[in-house]
Amino acid sequence: MITIDNIHKSFDDHHVLKGISFEFETGKTNLIIGQSGSGKTVLLKSIVGLHTIDKGDILYDNRSWQEMTQDQRIELRTEMGMVFQGSALFDNMTVEENIGFPMLMYSKESTKAKQKRVAECIDRVNLTGSEDLYPSEISGGMQKRVAIARAIVMKPEYLFCDEPNSGLDPKTAIVIDKLIHEITKEYNITTIINTHDMNSVLQIGENILYLDKGEVGWKGDKSHIFNSENESLNEFVFASDLYQKLKEIKED
Amino acid sequence: MKFLEEIGEYFYFMLKVFSKPQKHSVFFKQWALELYKVGVDSIGIVVIISFFMGAVLALQAAYNMTNPLMPTYLIGYGTRESMLLEFSSTIVSLILAGKVGSSIASEIGTMRSTEQIDALDVMGINSANYLALPKIMASLTINPILYILSVFVGITGGLLSSVTIGVSSLQDFIYGIRMDFKPYFIVYSEIKMVVFAFIITSLASYYGYTVRGGSLEVGRASTKAVVNSSILILISNLVLTQILL
Ligand SMILES: Nc1ncnc2c1ncn2[C@@H]1O[C@H](COP(=O)(O)OP(=O)(O)OP(=O)(O)O)[C@@H](O)[C@H]1O
Ligand SMILES: [Mg+2]
Repeated sequence: MITIDNIHKSFDDHHVLKGISFEFETGKTNLIIGQSGSGKTVLLKSIVGLHTIDKGDILYDNRSWQEMTQDQRIELRTEMGMVFQGSALFDNMTVEENIGFPMLMYSKESTKAKQKRVAECIDRVNLTGSEDLYPSEISGGMQKRVAIARAIVMKPEYLFCDEPNSGLDPKTAIVIDKLIHEITKEYNITTIINTHDMNSVLQIGENILYLDKGEVGWKGDKSHIFNSENESLNEFVFASDLYQKLKEIKED
Repeated sequence: MKFLEEIGEYFYFMLKVFSKPQKHSVFFKQWALELYKVGVDSIGIVVIISFFMGAVLALQAAYNMTNPLMPTYLIGYGTRESMLLEFSSTIVSLILAGKVGSSIASEIGTMRSTEQIDALDVMGINSANYLALPKIMASLTINPILYILSVFVGITGGLLSSVTIGVSSLQDFIYGIRMDFKPYFIVYSEIKMVVFAFIITSLASYYGYTVRGGSLEVGRASTKAVVNSSILILISNLVLTQILL
């Protein structure tokens, strides 16, 4: 479980996060949703420590980020896996090298055991056969799957995904969502996903934080999101005609 | 104010770069890779430029000797002195600032803008150290060797051009090359070479690492790296010459 407590973050005089508190639960796909520019990426990067927060604290299963020493933070980082908005694969490494990279840097296991683990992860994301290709030689959907495999290779406790299905066609997007959902259950980890895709919300929205201009706009799960009274959330949810229609049908 | 901030940021970056590598085997592998990228890949350009500059320097020396009483071995002597003292260190470094500096800045800058550096940081890897240290160490290793190469190729160029055109005999030229040789000039130039190598790679890494935004910013960082390291090379050339000679 990751608890964030009153997080503030500004860039110069631009106040992006204005006191966010939330509990991200273990074994669930926790979503951070909100419009473009609402601060999702900044929040996620603050949680993993890529941004230094101005105020507040982050508790990783009751371990306070603010009270940790630098070494403890690096230790904690080996329990994290992250999938970035643009995949962020290393261009000069093959698929296999990308996935094996965290193990190369940290794992004290034998070469053989490492290779086995990498092969396991490649298989888990259905990329067997693409081991020797470079990121520029594979499709966007495959890049996302490589990024997911790289994020889980060290068997993390915490998985972070920044818009894992942006830029993908709806069918591939669902495959990625399902993959992350399954992995979360399989390893019983705390997964946090940024998204503005309503399909993802309906697929895997087990615990949702709606960000509204850097503030907590709404909390809940997918079964309640259509019945909320929150105006800003409604605008976000029913932005497309399809969901507007769905709502009308439901109301009738 | 902005300038002072940048200097502070640069030193903070250097502090991160010069910490102990997390995994030595990985560091040495990267170092070997960079030796190839910054070193072996630069041999071609260094050879071509040194050869032609040596050839031209020799001819210029010849045409400037209007007094027929001046011995022609001064052509060989002059070519050697120019290459040894200034061309093979300062000019070659300026050229490397353009070639190596821009490529390092754009490589690291692209990694920043595509979040590859964030990916390293999330893994708990000291990204500044992982990315920049092998490049800096590689150029500190290879640039002094490129200097020696440049001196030899340049003098050969001068010899071939002046003998072929007939402004000097082979014997005279070789006599000139060997005349009044001061080994300290090599020490002086190698010190410059090491300082310039550090300027080129550390500045380029810094500008790449601190890119914010997209490809436009990456281009800007790479220009800044080349311009500023060239200026810094020229200034430190002046300072080092005053101190060392
Ligand atoms: N490094 C930074 N420096 C300054 N401002 C920033 C920085 N990163 C983000 N911001 C600002 O913070 C705000 C929130 O950005 P953020 O990237 O978190 O949005 P987002 O919700 O992830 O949007 P999207 O869905 O488009 O990815 C934006 O106004 C952005 O300009
Ligand atoms: Mg974002």
